[in-house]
Amino acid sequence: MTQIDPITLAVLAGRMEQIADEMDATLFRAAFNPIIAEAHDASHGLYHAISGDTLVQGKSGLPIFVGVMSFAVQAVIEKAAADGDLADGDIYIFNDAHIGGTHLSDMRLVRPYFRDGKLFCYLASVGHWHDVGGNVPGNYNPAATEVFQEAFVLPPVKLARAGEINQDIIDILLRNTRLPQSAMGDLNGQLGALDLGVKRMDELLDEYGADTVEAALEALSHRAEALMRAELQGLPDGRWEATDYLDNDGITDEPLAIKVAVEIADDRMLLDFTGSAPQCAGPVNIALPTTVATAYVAIKHIFPALPANAGVMRPIEVRVPENSMLSCEFPAPTGGYTETILRMIDVIFSALAKAAPERIVANAYGTINALSIAGKRSDGRPWVMFSFYGGGHGGSMACDGLNHGNAPISTATIPPMEILESVYPVMFKQWALRPDSAGSGKHRGGLGARYEIEVLEENGAEAFLFGERGRFAPKGVAGGGDAAMNVFSYATDTGWAQPPLASKMRGIKLRQGQSVILETPGGGGYGPAAERAPKDVARDVARGLITAQHADKTYGNVWREVAP
Amino acid sequence: MVGVDVGGTFTDVFVLNEADGKAEVAKVPTTRPDQSGGFLDGVSKQVSDLSQISVVVHGTTAGTNALLERKGAKIGVITTQGLRDVLEMRRRDRPRTWGLRGDFEPIADRRYRMEVPERTLADGSIRTPVDLNAVRTAANSLADQGCVAIAILFANAYANPQNEALAVGAVRDIWPNEHVSCSSEILPEIREFERFSTTALNAYLQPEVSGYLDRLETALKGGGFGGEFMIVQSNGGVMAVDTACKTPVRTALSGPAAGVIAASYITSSAGFPDVVTGDMGGTSFDVSLIAGGQSMLSPQTSIDFGMVVRTPMIEITTIGAGGGSIAWVDKGGLLNIGPESAGSDPGPVAYGLGNTRPTVTDANVVLGRIDPDNPIGGKLTRLDVAAAEMAIDMHVGHPLNLDTHHAAEAILRVANSRMAGAIRLVSIERGFDPKRFAFMPFGGGGALHAGAMLAEVGIARAIVPRYPGVTSAMGCVIADMRQDFVQTINSLVDTLDTQALTSFMQSHVDDGMAVLDAANTVFEARTARFELDMAYIGQTHTVAVPLAVEVSAGTVTPPTKAQVKAAFDAAYTATFGRLLKNGTRRILNLRSAVTGTRPKFDLETLAPTGAGVTTPKATRPVHFGDTWHDTAIYDRLTLPVGCEITGPAILEQPDTTVLIEPGLTGRVDRFGNTIIAPSEGTA
Repeated sequence: MTQIDPITLAVLAGRMEQIADEMDATLFRAAFNPIIAEAHDASHGLYHAISGDTLVQGKSGLPIFVGVMSFAVQAVIEKAAADGDLADGDIYIFNDAHIGGTHLSDMRLVRPYFRDGKLFCYLASVGHWHDVGGNVPGNYNPAATEVFQEAFVLPPVKLARAGEINQDIIDILLRNTRLPQSAMGDLNGQLGALDLGVKRMDELLDEYGADTVEAALEALSHRAEALMRAELQGLPDGRWEATDYLDNDGITDEPLAIKVAVEIADDRMLLDFTGSAPQCAGPVNIALPTTVATAYVAIKHIFPALPANAGVMRPIEVRVPENSMLSCEFPAPTGGYTETILRMIDVIFSALAKAAPERIVANAYGTINALSIAGKRSDGRPWVMFSFYGGGHGGSMACDGLNHGNAPISTATIPPMEILESVYPVMFKQWALRPDSAGSGKHRGGLGARYEIEVLEENGAEAFLFGERGRFAPKGVAGGGDAAMNVFSYATDTGWAQPPLASKMRGIKLRQGQSVILETPGGGGYGPAAERAPKDVARDVARGLITAQHADKTYGNVWREVAP
Repeated sequence: MVGVDVGGTFTDVFVLNEADGKAEVAKVPTTRPDQSGGFLDGVSKQVSDLSQISVVVHGTTAGTNALLERKGAKIGVITTQGLRDVLEMRRRDRPRTWGLRGDFEPIADRRYRMEVPERTLADGSIRTPVDLNAVRTAANSLADQGCVAIAILFANAYANPQNEALAVGAVRDIWPNEHVSCSSEILPEIREFERFSTTALNAYLQPEVSGYLDRLETALKGGGFGGEFMIVQSNGGVMAVDTACKTPVRTALSGPAAGVIAASYITSSAGFPDVVTGDMGGTSFDVSLIAGGQSMLSPQTSIDFGMVVRTPMIEITTIGAGGGSIAWVDKGGLLNIGPESAGSDPGPVAYGLGNTRPTVTDANVVLGRIDPDNPIGGKLTRLDVAAAEMAIDMHVGHPLNLDTHHAAEAILRVANSRMAGAIRLVSIERGFDPKRFAFMPFGGGGALHAGAMLAEVGIARAIVPRYPGVTSAMGCVIADMRQDFVQTINSLVDTLDTQALTSFMQSHVDDGMAVLDAANTVFEARTARFELDMAYIGQTHTVAVPLAVEVSAGTVTPPTKAQVKAAFDAAYTATFGRLLKNGTRRILNLRSAVTGTRPKFDLETLAPTGAGVTTPKATRPVHFGDTWHDTAIYDRLTLPVGCEITGPAILEQPDTTVLIEPGLTGRVDRFGNTIIAPSEGTA
């Protein structure tokens, strides 16, 4: 193995990271669908030729993909080994979430990269397509009990053989989506990103030589591992547990436990999810790759400087029992995976907060609240307003939590109210912070939101909600208080009502002039409420972020004696 | 004609004598906190009689600094019932992708954000008329509580400004000063957070910026100045000072914009219309792209987390790799540069002002690339090389097992690699191949890294302007007068009311031309350009569609629907390669720009004259690659036109050091620019 000097290493680290960044930029610019173009629900990277391990990944893609992509590459490696026909210019495509993680909307393209006739590494591209068939446009089916009700399932197949695109595959894909134009645009964008990656790798290897680049990749992996080990050594040894619950699976009203035991011994960590609920009927299961990737997301939020490199995970073992909702079997539905992985992040944070509270941020609001309001206009045209809604982030040792943030697994922004009102027959009567929703603490959580939406269409509308945290509140850490829970209310002719399953419901009938109200959770608090500076409490009361009664009850009435 | 750029350390003055086309430059220290002292000092240093000056153009960082340092005014907000928190909720984002810490303080405290009954719907119909008594009560209460500026922010005011106009009229009747901003006046464009944020930031800046500009204008007039006083906007155009006082938010990137305008003019004159500029400051490296002589405009920018300004701005990409960026080795043993920076105070270790961690500048000092006995800028008398060496040893050399000079080379290579990455990315994102471009460094340290950009990005040449340190001040003199307008239309092309569209275009032209008429300056030409933001129904990303519409004698020729469709198809095809079959075309916004082209001066007047001096003034050892080279040092300003200097060489001038690495040649072109390219035979 070629030895590599530290200067070349640092330069190559940046160069390779940039190849992935450029692939991201290429797809964002070319993609047709706003989920990729605006919300950046996509990712690109370089992966190890034999193990499929992540070598480098772009910085602008969606956080959850950082850990999950290597599973897609591994699936292709297994497929290619079984078929024995891997060739330069091949491109594999698939969306099967049970082997590639996340959900079926994520289309994965994997391309082997050859140098001088020899496999050097893999390049991969993943992007969230707008529609991949199934029962519900956009593929968010809260009543699915099998993947087949969510979307079509494509296992890893060759989209291109030795540089020759197989048009048959494209024809099959385009016949199975409600939005073929969008799908074709996204597919072209992903192919373009892979082409660019190949071109940039060629240039890099021409300049530095394959041996040097390979040595750099090896060294970077070792350094990522060393960095993780050094961080783990900075944490105390011991075992800490935390358990939290999902409200239900959308089918049966039973809470589902997510339990973790975090064990740290010197420079190693075990995340043991034994004791979590078994596989369930509804779409909140996740496949094992998603579970491992989520562990990575949680750890990277705690140590943000860690690189996107598989070396980071080498000192970490993720243990999941069989027949768990965290290691579900085909064809269990996984469309609601976001809720489950948010809860996983919550319990990892809660457990580690017992070991090293100074490093941990209290639980964020913990649900994406996928709310659709849909109907037909008087001229018969259908309309569907679909969006995710925000909530509060947790408090930390450094500061209060952020008000109205996005989910930790995403970086997507919310559409402007005025855009929604201009496209759909609705009016937001309120788009505001939700007072008293934050968990109390020395540093309180951020506030959730209160959205009140009135239907303007004379034909009325139907509402669909897929959310969580309606029965179990986001937790504080280090003695901080819990936040307020998710509350969804809808108008009926006899007054306000709430869904029997708390935050999941389909087909809620609304007449013109009736409204729904979504009140989202805040974030958990950090540290005991008694330690909050009275002037901060007084200021929060003066600003109306907490009510005077809530302040008295939570923080005592000392604040009344200080000027805000 | 005088251009003045006030930077963090220096105030630069560029004086152009319009009679003979000659230019002179001056640099004086910036005064703080009131920058007007240094401004007047600099101007009077060059021109003794202010009454001889016809135009003063100012690129200001007063607005930028007030935003970055959060030193704007205490403002109040009056908004639609139910929407008090829009400014605080943003677009549901977070400060950083990784790590969930961080809160956000909006510029308007929740106590001073008041709701009033009123509501306009998206189609412009008024569901609830505005309650003017509630508006007056709120305004009085905000004034009583000490707010000195106020913003009126109503839902869907872009679609129908009636409620907002009534409210703002009522507030202006009773508000104790001029500082009343209203969202439909500042930005009649759909998207409430962006419109509210831009309007609130305008209010936030108004007392500070208009106060500063008033002081300057009063002082200039007191000195006998009777000409036109103008301010550079973030879009690279200039505006009259009274417009700047009403819309200070348009000055958010005034200073850097002027630099890019000058860069565009200098490089186009020199025959390189495709350029990437790189401004290297203490804490950052700012990259901007100019293609075909046109600088890129971005529709909005975030000054800081949650502080969105939506007005057209020269697009500038910033990375944290400036001269003061700190080099450090992480726990995994990898060398990193930044994002932490020593800035210019305490600055690099070699400044001896208290910083002990090595910076990019320290690496340049240790390798002999910067003369320690004659530091540029003139603030310090000499640089402490030994201290810089020690810091590099301790923080980089020892952990990586490198000797001092290899460690310093390592710092530069990693820093150069990051800067090169920024250049590649800005061009890739725009779909350009960076190899087609020239690189133009400006700012104090950029020209030290030009050769590295050639090697790293594969750019063919770098162009170092004759006076890199006063580029922004020169840009002030060159910039055209430009007003941008926006109006949300929100209509399908098939149902477009072309008469309504035309009347918006006409009012933009009328307003823009009136501003040009009122300006006390000459224009070579007046143009009005129109663009529509368009998309197919269902798409959220719009395409900028240029609409070629004739304006004759100030009257806009109405566009037809067919013309709009054809223009969209052409722009869409150019962007995405193909059209969407059976797609329905939609218009979101109208954007108009009215420009008065100001006379340019001949850059050749800045060029050196005569035979000059082509011999080195000294030599000193400079470290390149693995070893020291005896390197010739030239006095750059005495090098004559056509002179060629083969690397390794260093060209020095009072505010800039130009490095020509081995294998490169620097040639002085007819404007006095230094063009650096690979030497013959080595390319």
